[in-house]
Amino acid sequence: MKQTFKRPKALVDIPFHFCPGCHHGIIHRLVAECIDFYGLREKTIGVASVGCSVFLYDYFNADVVEAPHGRAAAVATGVKRASPDNFVFTYQGDGDLAAIGTAEIIHAANRGERITVIFVNNTVFGMTGGQMAPTTMSGQETTTTPFGRDLETNGFPIKMSELLTELPGSTFVARAAVNNPKNLMKAKKLLKRAFEVQTNGEGFSFVEFLSACPTNWKMTPKQATERVQEEMIPYFPLGVFKGGQE
Amino acid sequence: MAEAEFIKGNEAIAMGAIEAGCRFYFGYPITPQNDIPEYMSRHLTDVDGTFIQAESEIASINMLLGASSTGARAMTSSSSPGISLKQEGISYMCGSQIPGVIVNMSRSGPGLGGIDPSQGDYFQATRGGGHGDYRTIVLAPHSVQENYDLTMKAFDLADKYRNPVVILGDALLGQMKEPIRRRKYRKKEFPKDWAMTGAKGRKKRLLKSLYLSEGELTDHNWMLNKKYQSMKREIMFETQFMEGAKLVVVAFGSVARILKSTVQMARDRGMKVGLFRPITLFPFPSAALDKISHSIKNFMAVELNTGQMLEDLKLSVGHKKNQVDFYGRPPGSIPSPDELFHEIKKIYKKRIG
Repeated sequence: MKQTFKRPKALVDIPFHFCPGCHHGIIHRLVAECIDFYGLREKTIGVASVGCSVFLYDYFNADVVEAPHGRAAAVATGVKRASPDNFVFTYQGDGDLAAIGTAEIIHAANRGERITVIFVNNTVFGMTGGQMAPTTMSGQETTTTPFGRDLETNGFPIKMSELLTELPGSTFVARAAVNNPKNLMKAKKLLKRAFEVQTNGEGFSFVEFLSACPTNWKMTPKQATERVQEEMIPYFPLGVFKGGQE
Repeated sequence: MAEAEFIKGNEAIAMGAIEAGCRFYFGYPITPQNDIPEYMSRHLTDVDGTFIQAESEIASINMLLGASSTGARAMTSSSSPGISLKQEGISYMCGSQIPGVIVNMSRSGPGLGGIDPSQGDYFQATRGGGHGDYRTIVLAPHSVQENYDLTMKAFDLADKYRNPVVILGDALLGQMKEPIRRRKYRKKEFPKDWAMTGAKGRKKRLLKSLYLSEGELTDHNWMLNKKYQSMKREIMFETQFMEGAKLVVVAFGSVARILKSTVQMARDRGMKVGLFRPITLFPFPSAALDKISHSIKNFMAVELNTGQMLEDLKLSVGHKKNQVDFYGRPPGSIPSPDELFHEIKKIYKKRIG
């Protein structure tokens, strides 16, 4: 019998702890598939961030160093400068990257650090129990915006991809989603390009993934996936913002 | 022997670091330590090293964490307010057992304070400084030569213990110029079987500080504690005029340097005063002080703060059975040898007569 589906070598053979309907597992798998595709597992150094994604180091069969909350881009800068021949990636949520780690990501991008940043945007602080994130949508109810996010007092959901696109130091910036097979296939293509930007020594690459968090959105997995399509994609448009020509 | 060179204190630190194999420096400008990043930005390129002026002190310490995680020798430097910002990263480095050298050419606080020499960061340096139950080795030079020598040593100690090492100086030690003699650094090799290099032909490695399973973090903390206890074998101190001393003045860093003149003045006038200078502030030379306290009963701590090392001195000598006095000078001015002599004389008269 022909085997048509198997676990990527870059993933350890243990079950994910993620909630049902969470997209982290899919995004982990995509990253692992790209590591396998380019034969990078033995050269990879991952930088784990703080949040639901911290357990990355249990799932990836690669060297991983843990960064303090928001500091993954700075840690990755140190790793990559000291070990330029290794493949270095960070994997950060929106609380981590777009709130407490804003300075680190902007300056790492602006210096053109040759790292690959995987940014998972699910519009909430997931691990801490669903508080407002900088990416929380207008009117979205969270545990710290019980009456919905009020743009007057909380400001606007931040568009990190668009922000980083403007920096002359960034080479590749794209936004993807994994809410349906079509978007998932596109996402993998973008991720591959992001990997190549680093392996070719071209510069800084960044892929934002829109992700569902059914638990904190208080939705079923199906509803959550629909929300990505109906609410998130119109505000956070998908596609390549910069560096897609090759 | 090498010829003496006339060098600024901050530059001696930078020179010592490069000679000890430091190839990565990350920093952010703050007075009075700017000569360190400036020297590094110019000279690290000569040895194919990397200098990054980071966006913040926080980014600097995390870049250090990242570079050191690969097994490379790396350093950051700053001054008091900047060191406060680095504490989160230092805590993570201790938890994940990642080495690194952190220089604090401290200035005065609290807050923005001023740029005068101060020893107000003693507690922060010796008690861990950030969150969690951890310690860093703290080295306190008192001369430009020691800035150079102890920086070299700091890299060895960091690698040996897989732990951050803090060099605690101040504006005086950073800004003054003195003749120093360079020496050939002999690199000690320490196993780096924990470093991030890519899992080629071996199992994957993790450097982390998060332990959630039952009992795991307890074990981790006891293991770290055992390591901190083992650092006692690195204790360094200097004594002067201890024969027949009736009063021992205890001081570190810049003020200890000034006191060397003061204690000489006291001896010239027939006062039996000795000087004890801790060089490692953590671990503190408690056993040596305890031993001295069995024959000498009078101690006096002198610090450029309102009394911090004083507590370690009291714990070391058994405050109840021995007499511990204190003279503190909060930041704003540097005491002269004469002024300190006047203060010591008062205590000497009170205790010895």
